Formats: sequence, C-alpha cells, structure tokens
Amino acid sequence: MRAFLKKEWMEVTRTGRLGILLLIFVLFGIMNPAIAKLTPWMMELLSDSLAEAGFLIKDVNIDAITSWTQFYKNIPMGLVIFALMCSGTFTGEYQKGTLIPVVTKGLPRWKIVAAKAVMLMGMWTVLYLLCFGITYGYNAYFWDNRIARYLLFATACYWLFGIWVTALLVFFSSAVGSNTQVLLGTGAICAGVYLIGRFPKINRYLPVKLTEGMPLLQGVVKPEDYAAAIAVAAGTAAICTALSLWCFDRRQI
Amino acid sequence: MEMLTFSHVKKHFGERQVLKDVTFAVPEHTVFGFVGQNGAGKTTTMKLVLGLLMADGGKILVNGEPVRYGNSATNRLIGYLPDVPEFYSFMTPMEYLRFCGEITGMQQREIKERSEELLRLVGMEKETRRIRGFSRGMKQRLGIAQALLNRPRLLICDEPTSALDPAGRKELLDILVAAKEETTVLFSTHILSDVEHICDELAFLHDGKIALEGTVEEVKKIRKTTAVELEMENFCDVNILREKFAFLKMTEKNHLRLENPEKMPEILRFLADNQISIHRIERLEPTLEDLFMEVIGK
Repeated sequence: MRAFLKKEWMEVTRTGRLGILLLIFVLFGIMNPAIAKLTPWMMELLSDSLAEAGFLIKDVNIDAITSWTQFYKNIPMGLVIFALMCSGTFTGEYQKGTLIPVVTKGLPRWKIVAAKAVMLMGMWTVLYLLCFGITYGYNAYFWDNRIARYLLFATACYWLFGIWVTALLVFFSSAVGSNTQVLLGTGAICAGVYLIGRFPKINRYLPVKLTEGMPLLQGVVKPEDYAAAIAVAAGTAAICTALSLWCFDRRQI
Repeated sequence: MEMLTFSHVKKHFGERQVLKDVTFAVPEHTVFGFVGQNGAGKTTTMKLVLGLLMADGGKILVNGEPVRYGNSATNRLIGYLPDVPEFYSFMTPMEYLRFCGEITGMQQREIKERSEELLRLVGMEKETRRIRGFSRGMKQRLGIAQALLNRPRLLICDEPTSALDPAGRKELLDILVAAKEETTVLFSTHILSDVEHICDELAFLHDGKIALEGTVEEVKKIRKTTAVELEMENFCDVNILREKFAFLKMTEKNHLRLENPEKMPEILRFLADNQISIHRIERLEPTLEDLFMEVIGK
C-alpha cells in the first residue's frame, strides 16, 4: 500500500492538483479575516446609498466572530472545489486503463481503495487545517479568538463533515464509471441530506448538522447537541468505505 | 508440464456469446500464438487468465492453480502487456518500473538492477523524460519491460506488435523469443507472419471455439491440398486459360492460382495443345494465412 500511496502523492503533486487546492484554501484562509477587517470600510463606502434606502449605519462592531462567520461561509465552497477536483481520482484511472497493470501485478484491490481514501482524506485534513490555521492566526493577531466558544469542537465537526463527503466520493468512485456520475451521486446525497435536515426534529441526526458551527461559537448550543450527528456521520462514512472496498473488489477494471 | 490450461471456458457479454467452449493448453517454455480475427475474443481470453473478467463456466489453471476473478493469486506468476499499454504519465520509465517492483514486493536493490537491465533491453536506458508524450511504440517497449520485471512464469502479450513499425516489430519479437528461456509466452495476434516467425505452438480461435491447435508444422499439415501458382508469359493467355478453366483464380497480373492440383495434368495438356508458353509453375506451401482463411470460411 505504501508504494501506491507514494504514487498517489506523486500524482497530486506533479499534476498540480495539490498546488491549486493549497492556493485556494490559503486564499480562503486569508479572505476570512480580510473580509471581516474590511467590513467597516465597505460599510462606510455603502453608507450613503444605504442611507437613501432608509438604513442608518452608526457603529460597525468587528471581532473574531465576524471572521469565523466568513470562515463558515467560505469553507463549503472550498469543500465543493475539493470534491470537483478529486472526483476523477478513480474514474480517470478506469478510463485510461492505468489500474490494469497494477491489478495484474498482484496488488490487492482493497489496497488501491484504501490508499486513495487515505490520500483524499489526508488532503482534506491538511487543506482544512491550513485554512483554519490561517484564519485562527489572523484572528488572534487582530482580535481575540476566546470570544468564540467551542471553537475547536466546531472546527472538528466541519472537518468530520468533509470526511463524510470524501467517503461518499470514494464510494461513488468505486461503484460508478464516470466523473459526472461520481459528482451527481455525491451531490444528490448531500442535497438530499440538506433538504431532510430542514425538518428540525431530524436535523440533529444528520451529518449536515455538523456544518452549523456558528451557533456553537456563539454559545447558543452545546457540543452534546451534535453527538447524534457525529455518530451518524462517522458511522455512515465507515459504511461507505466498507462498501467501496466491496464494490471495487467486484468491478470490472 | 502445462503452464496454462483452459477447459471448456465460456463467456458472454449481454446477448453475445464470445467464448462458447474454449479448451487449450500452453506448455511450459514455449511461445504460444493465440490467433483470431478482430473481435474473436482474444482479449477476453487474456483478461480471463488475469482474473479481470469472470468466466461463465469452465476452468482456467495457471501452473496448476485455479484463476479467481478479482484478486487472483495466480497473477503473481504472470506478466501482462495489454494491447494499448497505459502508464502513469507523470512518471519517468525508471520511476514506473520502481513502482511496479514495489507493488510486487521486490527488494529495492533487485528493482534497481532489474529495471536498468530491462530498460537497456528495450532501448530506453537513457530515457529520463516523463511518460507523457511517449509514442505508442515507446509505451509498448516500456510495457514489455514492466511485464518482465518480476521474472514472470507466464508472459501474456495482447497483440503486442499491431501498432509497431517493421523495425519495432522485429525488436519486440526478438525480445519475446529471448524471453522463452525463462518464461512461457502467450501472445495473441492476427499478424500470421509473426506467429510463423516465433511461435512453437498456436491455437486459432474462431466462432467462440478453438478451431485448430498444435505446433505450426502440425497445423500446416492439416491442410491436405496444396495450391499451385502459374505465371504466364502473356496476359492474353491468362484470359484464354480462365475462359477454359473457370476455377483458376487470378492473384495478380499474369499469375493464376490453382487450388486443386489434381486438375494440373488437364491444364498442362491444354497448354501443350494450344502452344501456350508458361513462365513458371510453383507448388505453394500452405501458409497460416491460407489456413486462417479456410478456418474463417473465406
């Protein structure tokens, strides 16, 4: 598996995929505090037109929470870009036939799935931590992160949501043959879970609950409220990974 | 001892029964030609040996071990060169061979030595560019190197020469003949001259079954009649002869082919009676191509 992991690493670095993703997540990390910092200036620029519309801007209060609000607005876009750029990890190999020599050399198929899953989840972890770390650093410099309650817990929740999405990507990549099908499958499940999550009674059990970090930072809810969603997300991610191994073992390469 | 055995193997895709009942055996240390038309099921047969496809029935044994679909343990004994080899374009040939060596569990030192030896063999020892941009011929040469890397007991080549120029083809055929010393080669093709040049044994796959099998000489002997070629001095004589003997086939200008030599005395009598001069008469040895055409009914 080490050899295949090494090959995966070589692929993401040499094809420039990792470089582009790093750039995007660094940019998001900088944008979060930057937008917060620029908010008073933007408000001042807009104050005249807003006054004409009947809105009077007196004092704009900016703190770390403003920056974390931006973080929770930007990170879903980061996750979508990550999914788009990584959806071809398996299907590209099916289409080119590059897995045939690998499988016929006797590498067990589960090692291929495991190596790809580890690489994708590892990439998501590094990219997410990078974005979080940059935002955290700037926030600590400009304001005070202590204002955000349960910050690390909320951060871990969104990371787990990203892992859940990655597990879906791996599952659909093992089960279907094209990029579009992988994206449609993953997108449909995410959209379905999001829509079901509109019902308050079910929401606490769904992985999509993990994306709601702001109420935690504001202290409106407690970590215990996320326990069911964490269990469901971790459980379904594990099931997806197991199903990926099963599907890939049976698929025609 | 047989390195590969097929017993009553069947395979269908949807409504189409590609392999109806395939039975043949490949003896150890031979170059075995697997011949068939395009679409006859040669690649399907190869993929069945590699466990890349699941057979509907029958048994496949590699060195006495049964082949299993998916993760076939017999693959550790096999080297495979696909018809259109595709490799990771972001790697150099050396990096790709190192990767292949690592996944087959070879030691680092052995990987290095064997990779250098094989790259020399296929004339790519100085190639430091990445595989992206390699021609099909270069990929084919790298393909043979990766297939031979772990000294396989059985080397499977799926139409290895079909995309190569004459020089490249000769080089590859020489490599396959040399490989016979330490491995058994099963190679599928529809280029019959390649089979005649290097194969010890062959099997014709036609209509989902093995239509002929044996050594090249044995297979040639199956064709009982031998054709005769007549080369005439004048083209007008060709027409006279064809008018009289409609069964004569014109193969090229001034050349006539007689499939049934029993008619020869009658033709010679006619030539003498009419004082028609003839440039050459030659008895044609049966070629694999003749046999192939006979097998496929053309």
